[in-house]
Amino acid sequence: MSDSAMTAGSMHGAAMEPSPFLITSRKLTMWLFIVADAATFGAILFGYGYLRFGSPNWTKPFTFSPNIINGLVMTVVLLTSSLTMLCGVAAAREGRSGATMKWLGATILLGVTFAVLHLREWTGMFHEGWSLSKNPMGGSVQVGALFFSITGLHLLHVISGVIAITVIAIGFRARKFTAGHVETTGLYWHFVDLVWMFVFPLLYLLNVR
Amino acid sequence: MTMDSVSASITELPPATPHDHAPPESFLRKYVFSLDHKVIGKQYLGLGLIAVCTGMFLSWVMRYHLAFPDKAVPLIGWIAPTFAAGGVITPEFYLQLMTMHGTIMVFFVLTTAPFAGFGNFVLPIQVGAEDMAFPRFNMMSFWVTFVAFAVLVAAFFVPDGPPLSGWTAYAPLSAVGKSSGPGEGLGQTLWVIAIGIFCIGQLLGSLNFIATTLDLRAKGMTLARLPYSTWAWFITSMIGLIAFSVLLPACVLLLLDRVAGTSFFIPAGLVVSDAIQPHSGGSPLLWQHLFWFFGHPEVYIAIVPGFGIISTILPAVCRKPHLGPKVLIASQLAIAGLSYMVWGHHMFLSGMSPSSATLFSVPTLIITIPSAIITLLWLGTIYGSKLRLNTAALFCLGFVSVFVTGGLSGFFLSQPSIDTYLHGTYFVVGHFHFVMGVAAMFGIFAGTYFWFPKMFGRMMNETLGKWHFALTFIGVYATFMPMHWLGLEGNVRRYSSFPSDYMHGSLPLHRFITYSALFLGASQLIFLVNLIWSRFRGPVAPDNPWEATSLEWSTTSPPPFDNFGGVHPVVYHGPNEYGVSGPRGDYIMQTDPPVAAAPAATA
Repeated sequence: MSDSAMTAGSMHGAAMEPSPFLITSRKLTMWLFIVADAATFGAILFGYGYLRFGSPNWTKPFTFSPNIINGLVMTVVLLTSSLTMLCGVAAAREGRSGATMKWLGATILLGVTFAVLHLREWTGMFHEGWSLSKNPMGGSVQVGALFFSITGLHLLHVISGVIAITVIAIGFRARKFTAGHVETTGLYWHFVDLVWMFVFPLLYLLNVR
Repeated sequence: MTMDSVSASITELPPATPHDHAPPESFLRKYVFSLDHKVIGKQYLGLGLIAVCTGMFLSWVMRYHLAFPDKAVPLIGWIAPTFAAGGVITPEFYLQLMTMHGTIMVFFVLTTAPFAGFGNFVLPIQVGAEDMAFPRFNMMSFWVTFVAFAVLVAAFFVPDGPPLSGWTAYAPLSAVGKSSGPGEGLGQTLWVIAIGIFCIGQLLGSLNFIATTLDLRAKGMTLARLPYSTWAWFITSMIGLIAFSVLLPACVLLLLDRVAGTSFFIPAGLVVSDAIQPHSGGSPLLWQHLFWFFGHPEVYIAIVPGFGIISTILPAVCRKPHLGPKVLIASQLAIAGLSYMVWGHHMFLSGMSPSSATLFSVPTLIITIPSAIITLLWLGTIYGSKLRLNTAALFCLGFVSVFVTGGLSGFFLSQPSIDTYLHGTYFVVGHFHFVMGVAAMFGIFAGTYFWFPKMFGRMMNETLGKWHFALTFIGVYATFMPMHWLGLEGNVRRYSSFPSDYMHGSLPLHRFITYSALFLGASQLIFLVNLIWSRFRGPVAPDNPWEATSLEWSTTSPPPFDNFGGVHPVVYHGPNEYGVSGPRGDYIMQTDPPVAAAPAATA
């Protein structure tokens, strides 16, 4: 008897504890997905560090102009898109459908701009002879392999995000989706932005000649 | 958080009943693409059963060849004429069998059955929910896993057969392609794709388990009142969420090495089959780091659900509360955290710096502390109890036995200096089969005998069950215990035969192990017969045959489509109310009204 009184559940009839998780399953799951995705990026960035420090012939492919200037523009574009997303979420919460569409539209536009700038840069590098397995500067082939696979993974996230925001925006306009959906998508978008804040210094700034 | 956002969040809370889908009518919706967590749980268990039979058959072929290296293996020449013409097992084919045995067993048995299978069926009912938080994700999770299994098995049917690089797929063997051996062409590519797909399936499952446990609990089901099996699946999901997220990109990088000409895991100047490989700058060690960062937590993904199953069954068969439930949960959380700091103990022989070997050795020793605490809590729970010795109870006792046996050899292997000698030998084979394979299997068996009545509404046969336990227990020790001696003798693993070299003297022991393995496999027929017979002819099960406390025993056997027949259960007690005096007898169910337990409350 006294044994059982010591157990965790012996406070009979106690109400449900005040939940620290006052969020929907959908939002909770997005946070969990972000944790998992952070582990994915963490693993691949660990691989970058591991192979870079193990390469005696690492070459730095970038110069301040045009590469870093381009990268800075991309960074500003992506950071701005987080701001417009934030405004979109706020407008959706207040039920201002028109404003929501405008802000989400701006976010999509900025996301597409980022992707276009990125792909333009990639194409330029392909022309110089860079690829997953080739280094035109004669150094480690890991430079191209790691650059394209890591930025490629990030770009995949950006493109998925643009598609997701488009679907959510259309659904929100049709009153199929709520402000909660917009906010959850926003969480993802901010995470993609945050990842870039690791990718940009590690893959661009550390690789300037 | 501003006030605005708090109120916005509250208004967004889901209704108490997220079960938005009606009971399905069509066969396809009911049994194949079902959204019902109970059906999905059974599908996972069915997949596990198919996989375990396949994996066991592969191990028989290997064992037969090890015991009788000069004889043709019966039947195999007829089943696989291209790989084993006339039943002759080449060293390459032996490695292919070994790779597929390990991959199938670890991923598609030890992960799917105790975690995804039982977790899917039991967890939502135990927290008082009508289904998982995301039924569609749940269905996708199973079918993605099924596709992964199909892709893996397809490797048997491609020209050079399945890969031979082991379940760990060590690079560069797994990375350079066709020239490195049979099965290293398309077979290995299929392997990498299958495991990548598998990761996605398990990630979907883990997200769902965590969201369900946190968000869909019934009124009164506080975290402290969660049954211990639900806690274990919850903790397992948290382990899996990170572990599979790391294996997934590793598989993608390995695939790029194989198909896109990158060199992530391939060093410069590598000569394979007399040809210099066109790769440079990569590191085989990087693959090992990424793989084992997943691989060690994977061990706990296999075993922690077993912890939960044992801790749920033991109080019910001992008729007394589980000792130290909070310590039990805390220990499992500690194991989950530490499981990410020990991966390097798989790599002591890899050429890693000896200093990092020490770094990984210490947490490996530390992780034995929470494991030992959990074992002592089980023993303390059993001690002095009026044990109801049914089959589920026997498998719980067996679990404790094999877990301790396998765990003790872990002490030796965690020392880099001792591991240097033992790592490449059968000592390790004995160790991981006991602590990961057999222990998890005993958890699966205990869970099956315990929850079968709830799943199918019929009792399993106890006589057959006890015979199954007795023969399995003997078979397991006879098969895996001698492997420790083989290892101490220096008998290397992964070799297909020892016909004429210095290990010839070990042949009698190898034969004994082979006979034991065949005996062990044959005794599983009793289990299969029991499963099938009980499914159709077993006595009808009452709602609560074990007089247990958790929510699944408060509903019918099997539960209705929405689990509680339109009722929203309210929980007033923890899952540990055994050995008390209530109107039902010596236990109080979680849903029993609080009045009934007034004496306990004042005690």
